Amino acid sequence: MTSFNRRTMIKIGGAAAALPLLGSRAFAQEKLKVGFVLVGSPDDNGWNFGHDRGRKEMLEAIGEDKVETTVVTNVAEGPDSERVFRELAQQGHKLIYGTSFGFGDSMLKVAKQFPDVKFEWATGNVSAPNLSLYNAKFHEGRAVCGTVAGLMTKSNKLAYVGSIPIPEVRMGINAFAIAARKVNPNATVKVVYIDSWFDPAKEAEAARALIDQGIDVIAQHTDGPVIPQIAEERKIVGVFGQGSDMSAFAPTTHLTSIIDRWGPHYTKSVQSVLDGTWTESSVWDGIASGEVEIGPYNANVPADVVAAAEKVKADIASGALHPFAGPIKDNTGTERVAAGDVIDDGEYWAVDWYAEGVEA
Amino acid sequence: MNAELVIAIIVSIAAAATPILLAALGELVVEKSGVLNLGVEGMMLIGAVITVAVTLTTGNHLLAIVCAALAASLSSLIFGFLTLTLSANQVATGLALTILGTGFSALFGQPYTVKSVPIIRSPFPPELAADPIWRVIFGHPPLVYFALLMVVAVWWFLNRTRAGLIVRAVGENDLSAHSIGYPVIGVRYLAVMFGGAMAGIAGACFPLMLTPQWVERLTTGRGWIALALVVFAAWRPFRLLAGAYFFGFMMIFEIYAKSNSAFRVLPSEFWAALPYLATVLVLVLISLRREGRTSAPACLGKPFVATG
Amino acid sequence: MQLRLEKRPEPSKVLRVVTPIGAVLLTMVLGAIIFTALGYDGVGAVREIFVSPLVNSYKWQDLAVKAAPLIIIAVGLAISYRANVWNIGAEGQYIVGAIAGTGIGILTNDMTGWWIMPAMMIAGAAGGAAYAAVPAFLKVRFSVNEILTTLMLSYASVYLLNYLLAGPYKSPTSMGQPQTALFSADQSLPYLIPGTIVQLNVPIAIVVALAVWLLFSRFVFGFQIRVVGAAPHAARYGGFSANRTVWMAMLISGGLAGFAGILEAMGPVGRLILQFPANYGFTAIIVAFLGRLHPLGAILAGIMIAITAVGGEMAQIGIKLPFAAVGIFQAMMLFLILASDVLVRYRVKAVRPGEVAA
Repeated sequence: MTSFNRRTMIKIGGAAAALPLLGSRAFAQEKLKVGFVLVGSPDDNGWNFGHDRGRKEMLEAIGEDKVETTVVTNVAEGPDSERVFRELAQQGHKLIYGTSFGFGDSMLKVAKQFPDVKFEWATGNVSAPNLSLYNAKFHEGRAVCGTVAGLMTKSNKLAYVGSIPIPEVRMGINAFAIAARKVNPNATVKVVYIDSWFDPAKEAEAARALIDQGIDVIAQHTDGPVIPQIAEERKIVGVFGQGSDMSAFAPTTHLTSIIDRWGPHYTKSVQSVLDGTWTESSVWDGIASGEVEIGPYNANVPADVVAAAEKVKADIASGALHPFAGPIKDNTGTERVAAGDVIDDGEYWAVDWYAEGVEA
Repeated sequence: MNAELVIAIIVSIAAAATPILLAALGELVVEKSGVLNLGVEGMMLIGAVITVAVTLTTGNHLLAIVCAALAASLSSLIFGFLTLTLSANQVATGLALTILGTGFSALFGQPYTVKSVPIIRSPFPPELAADPIWRVIFGHPPLVYFALLMVVAVWWFLNRTRAGLIVRAVGENDLSAHSIGYPVIGVRYLAVMFGGAMAGIAGACFPLMLTPQWVERLTTGRGWIALALVVFAAWRPFRLLAGAYFFGFMMIFEIYAKSNSAFRVLPSEFWAALPYLATVLVLVLISLRREGRTSAPACLGKPFVATG
Repeated sequence: MQLRLEKRPEPSKVLRVVTPIGAVLLTMVLGAIIFTALGYDGVGAVREIFVSPLVNSYKWQDLAVKAAPLIIIAVGLAISYRANVWNIGAEGQYIVGAIAGTGIGILTNDMTGWWIMPAMMIAGAAGGAAYAAVPAFLKVRFSVNEILTTLMLSYASVYLLNYLLAGPYKSPTSMGQPQTALFSADQSLPYLIPGTIVQLNVPIAIVVALAVWLLFSRFVFGFQIRVVGAAPHAARYGGFSANRTVWMAMLISGGLAGFAGILEAMGPVGRLILQFPANYGFTAIIVAFLGRLHPLGAILAGIMIAITAVGGEMAQIGIKLPFAAVGIFQAMMLFLILASDVLVRYRVKAVRPGEVAA
């Protein structure tokens, strides 16, 4: 029975070595602990990257002597996320951000259990005394991109690679199409959903297939820079960065990008917790307050196109232009928004149609 | 729908089918020897991340592919040691290998994520490779041709060489093979390592051909498709070629269907599900004829322990 | 000097329990060393992943909630695998079961009655079983290998879920988001102890495991499964139909997976969402094997896997260990447990070349 004894020795040794491991973790006492729960990885150069960058900007603005952050990545929506939110709260985090719509159920549950912890739910729709909502009007950025796309396209065929047919994606398509057709009434927008927020191989295939069918400008609502890479590889007219500046991946074809700037909001909200002024709120800002930024324009974009795009951007910021101002017809020809009317924030979520020119 | 578009589609299909074909070919040999390795997805990810790392560091595609094959093959050795020497359960060990591959590749790949990988181009001269018509033959990246060659090579090896006969014997009846004097465990080790190498090369296809970058879980499940296709092909290399290209065709068709109004009567999700359902349907149709059915290698999944 | 494996006349009962523990401890030690060498807080990682979930009593609830669906599915898979029916698509049956049960839920969302929950549960199990019936039929009738059919169908089930959530299942109050309405009070699993998160699905999981164990060790059918799995030809002599066994294996494993699905939807999740598929169907395969294809083993193995999952989250939060590292720990643990298994079934003997093992 020699082998048995040897094994026992290993076990005992292991257990002995393990005992000191059971010591407790030191809890940071004075700094504000802020938690960030991401649904994916910051490597995606898109949605999650944007939030992580906002976090870093906030840390720089407020200072690492006053605030400490914890980032949890690849958290699945559902019971797993509930556990994560609860663990963050239990480990002394007083402000916790959930960066996906799907975290809402969990956040609402945990918020009830920890009334002294503040929660903020990105793209959420139900608030609570200690749970605020925050969102960004990405569709304003789409309108600017649409303007550029409409003016730059040579084939008049634009394309949009979407993830999942949810309202935010649909309205992004609509804003893009409406803006493009305003400057180019012949432009059409082909839409392909890849039925996932993340599938680089499928995104690449979709991009190539669209390009083979004559598309020369692509916009995307998926995470990751694969589509700009394919656009560059095929040397089409243009592609737009999603969530961040992706020109590193497509130096000649990347026209501009929509950049998610969460930094200003994170800084504001963390400061409000430090000051004790945090209240339940619902923030939905866009270009005007800097949450949505338009990235630098490619050198290949002609000056008049830049000017047109900048004007759209300025008009949206000032309120002179609404991305969904009527008259708007849907893609079956029916008028959905009358002249002089707009789709306001409340109606935004109920839109289940596509604008004229969209093939979806 | 003109000739150029059709050819563009064919080129896309070949690119989509190739990684699945390569991984499946490797697994076919492994399963022919009687071993079931479910770790294909993990090994592909290891191959992909190593490819990116080596390409970005040295710029040499061939070196990257070789390193990918080696790395994946090494990881398959872990599986081999556990299942062949220690007779551990093959299904669970294979799944553990997938988990390892996913985690390792994510950790190892962190420094390489924000970078573009230069893609690999056709080995033929540009006049042929870029020509809109001729590129259907000459315009594919080298891995596509390699995969086609490997189909022939594997078929020839299994059916026309003595070594291949030994592999098949080991998979059909390991006890008899052992009594004849064939080194059952040794043969299986070699088969497993070959499967690992092929999975690694399959993984290399992603950054070099399809998605020129590294990001976690880059292969999004194509390794599992490869496993299923080995079954679809009834462990026959040429049928595997047909299966892989069929599946590639369905994946590309899915995109075209989603982007064309004629097909929009059916929801986008239907087209997304179609490649999977079609694969099952085709297999059923093939199996309707009795000659179409082939059963698995008899010893598939069962550990071998020498009794003498 | 050679190490030869000699099969024990009977698997060692003592080592059966001892070796997995040893393997886990070895994982902890090796993991700590490797990760410290890589520059991470190795000791902290091990503490957070393996020890913290056990030491902090408030985490026990999380373990129970995480383990419950894994246990139920793994019990079904254990039966299937013992019969050599390789159901790899439990994930799909899990999803379809949840879809079926939710369908009833949507129809009854505004009603009240004690009968609603059992109706949903039955629908869930039936849905999972029905989805598993397809591969069963294809195997029995056309000899189509179930590895392929179950796997392909599980992919298809995800798209079915997406379609339903964006269409007929979508809640009118969800701001256009693809999800169902929250399940009503009559449709949500009750909490076992108020104030905790432990719902009815946890004891149900234990009951299922016990019930299956009793059923299969006491009744002829259990014997039938094992015999058909081990020796199909001999089984036929005994009058056991291989086809019937395939049907039963698939229907039971599919039904249990579907049952787990609707329980998860009615319990911890609270509605049906796009992210509902959580790969439990695949993780359960590992649980089934770690539990040595035994229903009671599935309980322990489910808890073990739950520990690494919950511990992994704690490590990310407590010491900022990257998510990928957790996967490596899990794989290491699995490898070591699987490797240590050999000591249970085989004896290691040192043999000098030329000597015959005594």
